[in-house]
Amino acid sequence: MRRDSKLLVVLVLLLAVTVGACKGKAKPPVARPQPPVPVADEVPPPPAPPEPPRPVVEQPVSVPTLPPDDLTARSIDDLNRDSPLRPLFFELDSNEVSTAGQKVLQDNATVLKKYPNMQVTIEGHCDERGTAEYNLALGERRALAARNYLVSLGIPGDRIKTVSYGKEFPFDAGHDESAWQNNRRAHFVITAK
Amino acid sequence: MTHSSRIRNWLGAMVLAASAVVAAQQPAPQQPPTTIDLGKIGLEPGTPPRLAVPELIALSSDKETQDAARVISEVLWDDLNYEREFYMIPRDTYKSIPRVASMDEVPYERWRELGADIVVVGVVQRASAGIRVELRLYSVRARQSVYAREYNGSVANPRLYAHTFSDEAHLALRNLRGVARTRLTFSSDRNREAVVATVEKRDVKEVYVADYDGANPRRITINRTLNITPNWAPDGRSIAYTSYRTGVPDVLISNIYAGTMEQPTKGVGQNWLPVFSPDGRRIAFVSNRDGNSEIYVANRDGSNLTRLTNNPAIESTPTWSPAGTQIAFTSERSGTPQIYVVNVDGSGLRKITSESYADRATWSPAPFNEIAFTARTGPGFDIKILAIGTGETRQITFGEGTNESPAWSPNGRHLAFMSTRAGRSQIFTVDRDGRNLRQLTRDGNNTTPHWSQ
Repeated sequence: MRRDSKLLVVLVLLLAVTVGACKGKAKPPVARPQPPVPVADEVPPPPAPPEPPRPVVEQPVSVPTLPPDDLTARSIDDLNRDSPLRPLFFELDSNEVSTAGQKVLQDNATVLKKYPNMQVTIEGHCDERGTAEYNLALGERRALAARNYLVSLGIPGDRIKTVSYGKEFPFDAGHDESAWQNNRRAHFVITAK
Repeated sequence: MTHSSRIRNWLGAMVLAASAVVAAQQPAPQQPPTTIDLGKIGLEPGTPPRLAVPELIALSSDKETQDAARVISEVLWDDLNYEREFYMIPRDTYKSIPRVASMDEVPYERWRELGADIVVVGVVQRASAGIRVELRLYSVRARQSVYAREYNGSVANPRLYAHTFSDEAHLALRNLRGVARTRLTFSSDRNREAVVATVEKRDVKEVYVADYDGANPRRITINRTLNITPNWAPDGRSIAYTSYRTGVPDVLISNIYAGTMEQPTKGVGQNWLPVFSPDGRRIAFVSNRDGNSEIYVANRDGSNLTRLTNNPAIESTPTWSPAGTQIAFTSERSGTPQIYVVNVDGSGLRKITSESYADRATWSPAPFNEIAFTARTGPGFDIKILAIGTGETRQITFGEGTNESPAWSPNGRHLAFMSTRAGRSQIFTVDRDGRNLRQLTRDGNNTTPHWSQ
């Protein structure tokens, strides 16, 4: 008991001395890493926009229960990577929809009728054998020709936007007839489903 | 008259006229120099004065000054060579001639042995706020300075001193408006960014500007989509172009020094290929707003819109006449794309080409009444020039790759165009006679050039 109180007294004294020393003598400045001082008028960066809601990915087990041509389960990017809407191709300097092109558009119209919420942009593209400037108008003609045909098949015009890229975005970087053929096209991009 | 007496007369007149310039030129380098019409004093074309441009004398020993002395002499040699008004003696032949420490020690006898009529001697010196550059033309026969300019400014872009001296010397000695201080704008994918939100890999194209020789390229647009067919406003402070910023083509105007942007069409329809009128107050462009691509003219702010063409065929690619009273454009109303001319009030329409395919008319400045255009000549394109007065067409390129999108220099002596002759699409310049080809760009693909005034 006495020993304990003695120890206590010693501890109390020690503490008092320490506190006194701290009060009496200024501590030498110590360089410490400072956090960056925020600039007063700096607007804090806005929070990152929330990710757009992603479509629920079907579990593999559920796939067999879907009809084989059901597109609603796939993301728009997936649909555009392997599109149910096929491109149609044009002759040199032409915006005429060929017989083969009409067949493509009829098939595309079937898809668009089956999925009435699907919205598309038809891109008009040209090959490098037209000029950069004139091709802007020619690509527009090609996209419009495809759109007009779809509208004639009963697809509402407000579901189909058009844009011409001239020869700015070739699908095939080659410089031969097969590349040119591949680049003279009306290309379908699904923008909503 | 012998060659040497022609040169003597030429130099004599130059000494007289230039002494006034020397007396009056300090310290404001901006004032217009006296002009000398050499044609009147007997120097025939084909006997151009022979010029040498040795490295400038660096009067300060720091690296920036030393570099500036070298850069200015090299750029000045190229600038003076560009207009083909002088015979430029190749630089590597100067090696035998001793370098001097001041302008008072020009070794005339040595330059005479080399065949020089004129030596360009200059000094570069550190100054309080940058550098001082002094450039003089010395007549080798008269053994004196015949033309002198002095500039003070930043050391950041020494090329500009060479460009300025070249333009001023061309004006004073040849009564010629040089283009060394003009700039080109073009579209480029050199920053190798991909368009977002497409499943295909597509490279963005942005609008760039560069000096007339390709140096100092700068990016103007930053919207990571397609920005093509740029067109300078005559004051050089704005560039109109076709941008896919909103997802479809539209006309935008970037005010490149103010850092602001205008959308004269207010987003009505799809609009592309804008071109400023020669007075800068109006733009012509293509629009599908009425269901079919037609040529429209509006004030620069989009007001007072008028439709210039009305035809079910494609109309495209307008260009203004130098007086701003006519517009040339492309139409396929005859079955193939051809160039037509129409008055700005819509009257006086006429077809001026009969090519297999013609586009991108670009009207030369006065005094050349010519229209350059892109013509299909085989699998690819070549640049042709139609003299409107005679109706004669001449070809400037000959199937080296494909060649498109000609644009005149403001003095009408050169054309910028796109060519694939070096592999990818690059910007070149060539003189109106098809000579003096220069490649300006090497990075990425570069297309649709336009030359500032």
